[in-house]
Amino acid sequence: MSVSAPPAAISELRERIARLEGGNARERTVLPFGVAAIDRVLPGGGLAFGGLHEVAGGGNGSVDGAAAALFAAGIAARAVGKVLWCVTRPDLFAPAIEQAGLPPGRVIYVEAGDEKSVLACFEEGLRGGFGAVVAEIARLSMTASRRLQLAAESSGAIGIAIRRWRRQTEATDFGQPTAAETRWRVSVLPSTPLPVQGIGRARWHVELIRCRAGESADFIVEACDAKGRIALPSDVADRPVQKEIGRRRASA
Amino acid sequence: MWPTDRFRRKSGDAAPRPETPLVLIGRDGRRRVVLAADAAAHAAGLRIGMPASKAQALVPGLIVHDAEPDADEIALERLALWALRRYAPVVAADPPDGIVIDTTGADHLHGGEAAMLNEMVERLGGSGLAARAAIADTWGAAHAMARFGTRRSLVVPSGAIAQAILPLPIAALRLPAVTIDSLRRLGFETIADLAATPRASLALRFGPEPGRRLDQAFGRVSEPIEPIRPEEIVEVRRNFAEPIGAAETIARYTGKLVAELCAELETRGQGARRLDLLFFRVDNRVEAIRVGTATPVRDAKRLTRLLTDKIETIDPGFGIELMRLAATAAEPLRAKQTITSLVEAPEPDVSDVIDILANRVGEDRLYRFAPVQSDVPERSVQRIAPMAPDTGEGWPGHWPRPTRLLPRPEPIETVALLPDHPPVTFTWRGVRRRVKRADGPERVFGEWWKRDAELAAVRDYFQVEDENGERYWVYRAGDGEDAATGSQKWFMHGIFG
Repeated sequence: MSVSAPPAAISELRERIARLEGGNARERTVLPFGVAAIDRVLPGGGLAFGGLHEVAGGGNGSVDGAAAALFAAGIAARAVGKVLWCVTRPDLFAPAIEQAGLPPGRVIYVEAGDEKSVLACFEEGLRGGFGAVVAEIARLSMTASRRLQLAAESSGAIGIAIRRWRRQTEATDFGQPTAAETRWRVSVLPSTPLPVQGIGRARWHVELIRCRAGESADFIVEACDAKGRIALPSDVADRPVQKEIGRRRASA
Repeated sequence: MWPTDRFRRKSGDAAPRPETPLVLIGRDGRRRVVLAADAAAHAAGLRIGMPASKAQALVPGLIVHDAEPDADEIALERLALWALRRYAPVVAADPPDGIVIDTTGADHLHGGEAAMLNEMVERLGGSGLAARAAIADTWGAAHAMARFGTRRSLVVPSGAIAQAILPLPIAALRLPAVTIDSLRRLGFETIADLAATPRASLALRFGPEPGRRLDQAFGRVSEPIEPIRPEEIVEVRRNFAEPIGAAETIARYTGKLVAELCAELETRGQGARRLDLLFFRVDNRVEAIRVGTATPVRDAKRLTRLLTDKIETIDPGFGIELMRLAATAAEPLRAKQTITSLVEAPEPDVSDVIDILANRVGEDRLYRFAPVQSDVPERSVQRIAPMAPDTGEGWPGHWPRPTRLLPRPEPIETVALLPDHPPVTFTWRGVRRRVKRADGPERVFGEWWKRDAELAAVRDYFQVEDENGERYWVYRAGDGEDAATGSQKWFMHGIFG
């Protein structure tokens, strides 16, 4: 992992490309994870505000999306302002979301009948003053994601699409390209070992599968605490990040 | 039942008990006859139109009161007004005992026609009115199905009027009692009999009425509903010399009407909670848009946006000659001083987005969760309105809670030591998992102070982790020793992230 500061020529080129891409004069700000290893990989040093980010679960998580939902809740908790959460299946348990740092007063849920209206609500939420908008969707086409990305850019909100499928086999859809800034896969790992009987703090295998203007990587982290922050486990914090695995998954 | 229900409601605590028969009597010419009878009286064999003395002779201890048809009608108007505020923009009283509502353009706020109808019947039932309701393509058919249908609330699918109403008795056709009597004497029993008879001979014998009512029920002639408009509602209207039809034109005039309405609301210091925009078409039909807001609003731009979002649902037909915009529900809205702060930016207002979403997916589909004082997980959350004040309350945070709670606990097969050990293995949805680590039990007692059946009920919750690190929330119904506390079966209740 050696993303050193880019040379001046490259940063100048980037500026020119940014100018070409449109009159989006809003300054790009980011939401850092507060974990140096992750923030170093992300361009700008964190998740971009005014962008669409995709999160999916791995394994059974692609169906239940439990870890992905907590990961998204942690990000939304650290953003400022109210949060809109669009669902089709109302099985989210609010006390758990609160334990990830999002108090019930901050989250407004929309239960839309089908995927299409979830996308419509998602876009509408991104355009109006929410700090973060989370939506649980299965299919996300290029066109739809570009609309969402533009909507997020116009307001500066963080858009998080939790990809959640009906069956595990449908999760191959996650390979399709979208206009999202980053794409994450969060899978559960055995929890932090305790010296006594019981279950310790949950651990996740967080893969950054795709990242615009950045490299993919993967991390082993401890799940969100009560403020929505993830952390590197103490026993792997000193280990170098496994770069090769991330590369292989991204190209698969 | 409307007069007797109203009588009971009016009498409050002094009302006769529901199981005692109650009739209301009045004069029919020189006779005193039963004008209304409640369910108990019907069950006792009393019928409307029966002489009062005969009714009293049939049922000892019958409670008899004088009927007040005029007061009933006024109360019905008030009930119609309630329905207007709550349900739909086009509402009219349908004396003697009905209310007719045009649900077009309004059911989206209540989660669809069937849900709206159920809610309406339940709500009326809760205030002591035994209501029956039906939705059909025409007023006539809905009227018949509500009174003679088999169910308390019923939605007749579009285009299925004929199957629904043909088997009903001819009394369902809103004909005068005399006509029904003579038709019966001639052997007409059901609407099907009447519909199969040549019109000419019917018209010759009974006048145009039976034919007209049949046509209205089947939707062959239009039957506009003249909506009630109470005085205190703020309303603006615009007549068009030339009928308009294009969506852009409608949108432009909607904007003008909203601006007028907002000026009017401002003089009253009010903001709109519900707006009804009615379009009167040249062919005597009314199309309607209804939008609701979470908080009182007087911002013309916002209200126009909400209304114009819905214009595509309007069918202008041959043109619209009159538009009427009314603030059906308005609440006080005072100017608020915005506080400028040097330290932090004010939190952006999201109520306009919430209104847009609520009008798109329905008001009850947009909510926040709030804690309820209950240890039973599925009862510990309630839905509240998205703009309800934030109490800052949360759930007690010291126990882990799963991210996904299954809609209902699913039985699992386990191998577990009794009484207080977590399962060693369990099989859920056909997959067998070996438990590596577990936490628990967290014992949840039934709410015996609310429900007698839960006097001894116990659930022991465990958090278990399998060899892949997937964490689940399982519980055993019962404490593992005493059979009275539950079935001792195991259930899957949630998935941790």
